[in-house]
Formats: sequence, structure tokens, C-alpha cells
Amino acid sequence: MAESLLSLTDLHANIGQYHILHGVNLEVPRGELTVLLGRNGAGKSTTLRTIMGLTQVSRGTVRFKGEDITGAATPGIARRGIAFVPEGMGIFQLLSVRENMELAAASGPIDPQRLEWVFELFPPMKQFWDKDAGNLSGGQKQMLAIARAIIEPRELLLIDEPTKGLAPSIINDLRDAFIDLKDQEATILLVEQNFNFARALGQSVAVMDDGAVVHAGQMAALAEDEALQQELLGLSLGAHQ
Amino acid sequence: MSANISTMNGSSGGLRQRFAAFRDGYPHFFVLGLMVGVMLLLALVPYRTVAGPWLQAGEEVPALLQLFRLGFTTWFTLTVSGMAMGLMIFIMSSGMTLTFGLMSVLNLGHGGFISFGAFCGATVVAYLSHWGGSGSLMLTTGVLILAFFYAMLITGALGIFFERVVIRPVYGDHLKQILVTIGGAIILMELIHVIWGPTDLPVPRPDLLRGAVIFHDGVPLIGGAAIEIYRLMAVVVGLILYALMQLTISRTKVGVLIRAGVESTEMVEVQGYRIRMLFLAVFVVGSALAGLGGAMWGMYEQIVNAHMGEHLMIMVIVVIITGGLGSITGCFYAAILVGLINLYVGYLEPRLAGIATVGLMVAVLMWRPQGLIPVLRH
Repeated sequence: MAESLLSLTDLHANIGQYHILHGVNLEVPRGELTVLLGRNGAGKSTTLRTIMGLTQVSRGTVRFKGEDITGAATPGIARRGIAFVPEGMGIFQLLSVRENMELAAASGPIDPQRLEWVFELFPPMKQFWDKDAGNLSGGQKQMLAIARAIIEPRELLLIDEPTKGLAPSIINDLRDAFIDLKDQEATILLVEQNFNFARALGQSVAVMDDGAVVHAGQMAALAEDEALQQELLGLSLGAHQ
Repeated sequence: MSANISTMNGSSGGLRQRFAAFRDGYPHFFVLGLMVGVMLLLALVPYRTVAGPWLQAGEEVPALLQLFRLGFTTWFTLTVSGMAMGLMIFIMSSGMTLTFGLMSVLNLGHGGFISFGAFCGATVVAYLSHWGGSGSLMLTTGVLILAFFYAMLITGALGIFFERVVIRPVYGDHLKQILVTIGGAIILMELIHVIWGPTDLPVPRPDLLRGAVIFHDGVPLIGGAAIEIYRLMAVVVGLILYALMQLTISRTKVGVLIRAGVESTEMVEVQGYRIRMLFLAVFVVGSALAGLGGAMWGMYEQIVNAHMGEHLMIMVIVVIITGGLGSITGCFYAAILVGLINLYVGYLEPRLAGIATVGLMVAVLMWRPQGLIPVLRH
């Protein structure tokens, strides 16, 4: 297993009076795509938000490249090279696609070569470059959200349920884009409910339940072990195929 | 098929649809056009034509028809004056609407900055009254620039202090913001009393800005109309500022950040920008603009007192609500509407001028509860 780029140790977090994370332990290996699985309300999204500094840590540590970033402010965490695509995409609807991308390129003007690569991954971005992002379709908005996250080289991408509510053909486009990102050895932590999508992409996997990681290992091992899938996720893919 | 049917409906249906599309797509032009149009109608239809039958019979002309006495030159004067007033209110309001749009902060202390700016401006104008009295264009411009710059500098600096000390602890809580910023406004007013004393301060307007431009009788339609020079200057300054603000907001990175922040402050931070610094910058610019507006208003009224900001806040609040909270464009048009309706109604029926301002807001809100140009917020 590669060295950890990000490691969470005994992470606790509260939202209001609710104790959401109960001691999350998670290692995200450098250069791999790690999938975070789990049922609704298991704390997957909160884990990502806590890494990003959007939800306060009440106990435990977040280490990024060996540096303790627990309690750091969100902009500082972003500037260290972590990009976040939240659930619901968080694109700026009143801004054009171009303006969305220009904001995401926080360290300076957009690198034209990288932009060409993003256009190859997501052709609609070129087509709607000067249109308002609010007028894009759901799939195109998701493409913009991911394009924004990769317009500058990042150390780590945190992506929350990119396939939610999208048509199957668009999910396939997204999968191709993720495979391309993987080939570039990007480190990605992907929250996903769609197990087929997750299985096709994931190298490592962690399963959360009730605010803690209950299983961590290689995706290949989980994909083969139907009994374990049944136990962890309550699904049997064999039955569907 | 359905498209064919709708075109076969005849031109009246199409026209009505196009009108509805214009009304809902450009509500600010619609209301402005309606208001100016009605007044133009009163101005252009000759009184003798409308009131002819009553005049011939020697009877008293009904009050409503007497409104047609309005002549075109008067309409012209009222419109330019209304715009001047509106643009000064726009300058005062723009900062407050941005503060609300970006940070969701209700700063009722804004009026304190207006008063403070007015006193700062008045101080410079009084101190340099020999420049203003010289009649030289260069010295007059110098007085204006120094007065406005000084007002903006002081209120901007006060803005830094106000944001750090008064606003910062109450981000996210409107009730506390209302209480604490009203308290801040009271302190600012008392500070004015301490520095400048409790009495009103006269502002000697520079000689070149006194009097009016009178159009030559030979000029068609507006011959004989008189427009105060100061109002013309206010219109020019207001339009330049509006253009600068629009350019900043639509073309610069700071502008993109402000528009993005209005939608989601969290996602701006996720992109790596410190939204707090943006908050502070916008608050300071907003305070400085309130100060500038106050200084211009003080020179317009030629007298300033510590409570003027409080009184102007009624119009400022009407403007930012009517325009749609957070929208600079909405604020601009709402301010012009408020300026125009004040002058128009003040001329036609002076007793109704005060009600008209609030009436305008009520009418617009009944039609569009989010204001003329609402800003999307998730």
C-alpha cells in the first residue's frame, strides 16, 4: 500500500447538538482512488466537510502530507492543494462557466494547456464557456463542478456523490473522466452510493456506518466477497447481474 | 403546431405576450417607463385641450384634470432634479445593499456614516471657503475632490473599526445585528456632537456650483428650463460611480468574488479565498460611499446636522428593498424611482410626497415580493 497522503485519526465532529462522527480512522493512499461507501446518514459527507474545515472537529486529528491541519481555516486547507466538490455541486449559478473556472484557478490565470485537457474531458464546458452556469443541465453542472476542482493541479480531490441524480449515459462519461484522472495518478477520495460506479473506479475502499469506518481495504477484495458486501452494504450484486 | 396556433391568434395576443415578457424581464425599465411616461403624458397633452369644455362653460376644472397644467419645461426640470436626488441616494444605498447581499448583514448604523461623511465634507468646504469663493474652476474642483476624498477616507476608516468591533461578533444573527448597529449609529451621532458641537453646520457651497443653467428660450421644448448646476454635477458623479461599480462587478476578479459570495460564501472559501477579507473590503467601500453620499447631500442642502443620516435612512431602506436586496442594478433604478417620485408627487400634490416614497415600495413589493431585481440565494 502506498504512503498515506491524508490520514484521519479518531475524528469526532458535531453538527449543532448532534454527534455525527464518532471516531473516524481513515488512510487515503497517495496516487489512488479511495471510495467511501455507506448508507445514508453514515457520516460520509460530514467526513469530507470536516477534512475541508467546513465542519468543526471536536476531537481527533486530520493530517495532510504529515502536517496536522486540524482546525485550520477552509481557505488555507484549499490552498494546500485540496479541492472539494460538495454534494449538490456548489457551482455558482449566476456566474458564467468561464467565471466559475477563473475563480477556481485561485493561484493565477488558467493554464491554457490544462484547460484544453479539461475541455477534452468535458466537451460541454467549451461549448457553454460564456453561458451562465445556472442554465446548464444537471450532468453539465456536475462536469463543471469537477472541472473546477481539477483546473489547477491538486494534491487531493474530495468528491461527494458525483453520480447522484444523473442519467446512466452521463455517469459513463463521468467514469471515463475519473479513469483519465486516475491514469494521471491523482489522489481522490470519492463518496459514492452507486456501488457499480465505485467498484469500477476504486482501488481502496472504506465503508462507514454510524459515524465510524467499519471496514477498510482493497476494492478488489470487497468486490469479490459477496458475503462481506451483504454484511456491510446490504446488497448483493450477484443477484442483479 | 402549438407555435402556429399562437401566431395565428393575431397580433394583439402577440403584443400582449411581448408586453408581459418585457414587464417581467425588465421590471425596472417597466416601472421607470410607467412613471416617466405618465408624467410625460401630463406634460405633452395641452391643458386647454383637456380642460376646454369646463373652461368654455366657465366652470371649475376637476382637480385631476388640473394635473395637465404641467408643462414640458417643468417636466424636464423635475426629471433632472429627481435623477440628481436619486443618484445621491443611490451612492448612499449601494454600500448597504452590497453589505446585505454578500454578508447578510443588516447594518442600520449606515445612517451614522452618512452623517459623519456630511460633516467631514462640510469641514473641508468651510475650511477652504476662500477657494470655493474664488470662482476659479480649478480651485472649485479642488475643494470638491478634497471634501469628497476626506469624507470617504474618514468614513472608510470608521468602517474598518465598525466591522471589526461591532459587526464581527454578530455575523449570522439578524436580531443582534439590528440592535447592535442601531447602538453603533447612536454612538456615531454622539461622536459628531462631541467633535462638531450640537448645532447645525452651514455648508458654503462653492460659488461656481450656485445658481442654475437656464436654457435659452430658442431651444425647442426645454427653452426657459432652469437646472441647478449642483444637481447636474450630482447626476454626473452618480452616473460615473454607477458605471465604475458595474465595471468592477462585471469585469474584475473582485467583482466575480462578490457575485460568487452573494450565492455561497462557503464555496468561495472552498476555492481558497478568505471571504472575511472580502467582507471587510466591501464593508469599508460601502461605508466610504455612505460618507461620500452624505457629503454630497450636505452640500446640496447647504446645511448638515447629526440626524440627517437617520432621516435619509428611510429612503435608503426603501431603495434597497424596492431594488431587491443585494442588487446594485436594482438599487440604482430604485434610487432613481424614489428620487423621481419625490419630485413628481412633490410638485403635483406636495402633501403626498412623503407617502409616495413608501407607496412606491408597497406597490412594487405587492407585485414582486423580492424587489425589482432579486438576487438568487441558496
